[in-house]
Amino acid sequence: MSGHDHGDDGLSRRKVLECMTWAGTGVLWTVTGGVPRSLGIIDSAQAATAPGMTFLQISDSHVGFDKPANPNALGTLEEAVNKINAMPEKPSFMIHTGDITHLSKAAEFDNAERIISQTKLDVHYVPGEHDFIDEEVKLYRERYGRGTKGHGWYSFDAGGVHFIGLVNVVDLKGGGLGNLGAEQLAWLEDDLRGKSKSTPVVLFAHIPLWTVYPQWGWGTEDGARALDYVKGFGSVTVLNGHIHQVMQKVEGNVTFHTARSTAFPQPAPGAAPSPGPMKVEDAKLRAMLGVASINFKQGDQRLAIIDTPLQG
Amino acid sequence: MTKINRRDFGLVVAAAVLLPVATARADNDMEVHIDNFVFAPAELKVKVGTTVTWTNRDDIPHTIVSAGKFRSKTLDTDDKFSFTFTSAGDYKYFCSLHPHMTGMIKVE
Repeated sequence: MSGHDHGDDGLSRRKVLECMTWAGTGVLWTVTGGVPRSLGIIDSAQAATAPGMTFLQISDSHVGFDKPANPNALGTLEEAVNKINAMPEKPSFMIHTGDITHLSKAAEFDNAERIISQTKLDVHYVPGEHDFIDEEVKLYRERYGRGTKGHGWYSFDAGGVHFIGLVNVVDLKGGGLGNLGAEQLAWLEDDLRGKSKSTPVVLFAHIPLWTVYPQWGWGTEDGARALDYVKGFGSVTVLNGHIHQVMQKVEGNVTFHTARSTAFPQPAPGAAPSPGPMKVEDAKLRAMLGVASINFKQGDQRLAIIDTPLQG
Repeated sequence: MTKINRRDFGLVVAAAVLLPVATARADNDMEVHIDNFVFAPAELKVKVGTTVTWTNRDDIPHTIVSAGKFRSKTLDTDDKFSFTFTSAGDYKYFCSLHPHMTGMIKVE
């Protein structure tokens, strides 16, 4: 896959960086006529009317992260939770697309749970690679793995939509990208077998299932296999985290969406020497928290970052 | 191919100078740094008996994994991992959290 140039679609690099808030809150989705549709980041979404079922996505809380990019990741998670609690209409449930913790420590899981549980929402998790750090891998499974298959994949139905949580952070191979593995793919094929093609499907996983930027490992080696299984379905929404920025792509009947982190931003693909945490001026960016809305760019096969600030 | 920073270059020179007089001891111990999700140097040639020490200088944790050979704990910022190479061969390794990060130690 070739590199992406975001400079020629009317958005300067500076603008794109400006649009990336220091920490995200969550993305509100609504299901209307059986089709999930993003209403945007919580702040802007609150203004929109949300007919039908709504659900929320948050991601990459990195509880335990304390480096200069954000010395208090737990604090910004708490801010996100406060925004969620202030929503006039409670969403039906929440999806967390991984990296709940930074180092998979028991205290980090405990702290995350203590804050997130204040939403009093049912939360469906998938693990990020930070939640699956080798020697303590049991902590994620003990807390969130009940009733799941393999390394923690599962499906459930809500609001007429079939939701599938996938795990693509296990058995990663040197030089490779995210990985679902044969066992999970077989389960996915089986899980979808017999489902009416008019059933809307939401796939969610930590690392993007689509190839965003392989040079930084932003993609899933066998993600295309998973997408093959949902090809015939009328409405497919793919949600992920991992890259700490809003990105959206529409390809046929499949909408891909990545959410912001509640902890720290990461640079746009290729915009920095590495995908590491982006250090930005605290005061300035806190003021930008939640002022961006998300627009779809329909029918564009190219990768699109469309993130329109309401001010400035 | 690989970029060697001044400090690494100094080490390489020091090792080369010391080699003729101190081959029996592991005076040629080497370092690999992780900066910006990259192992530097990405490829390192060492003698049998050399201890290589990796230091994570990123704000994000990394690991050092060579399948079936060695595996570090997760290294947080400034954490180190050392491994002593007692037999010759090519040791490919990667970060199990960010598998696009790869490196190689050639032991001769």
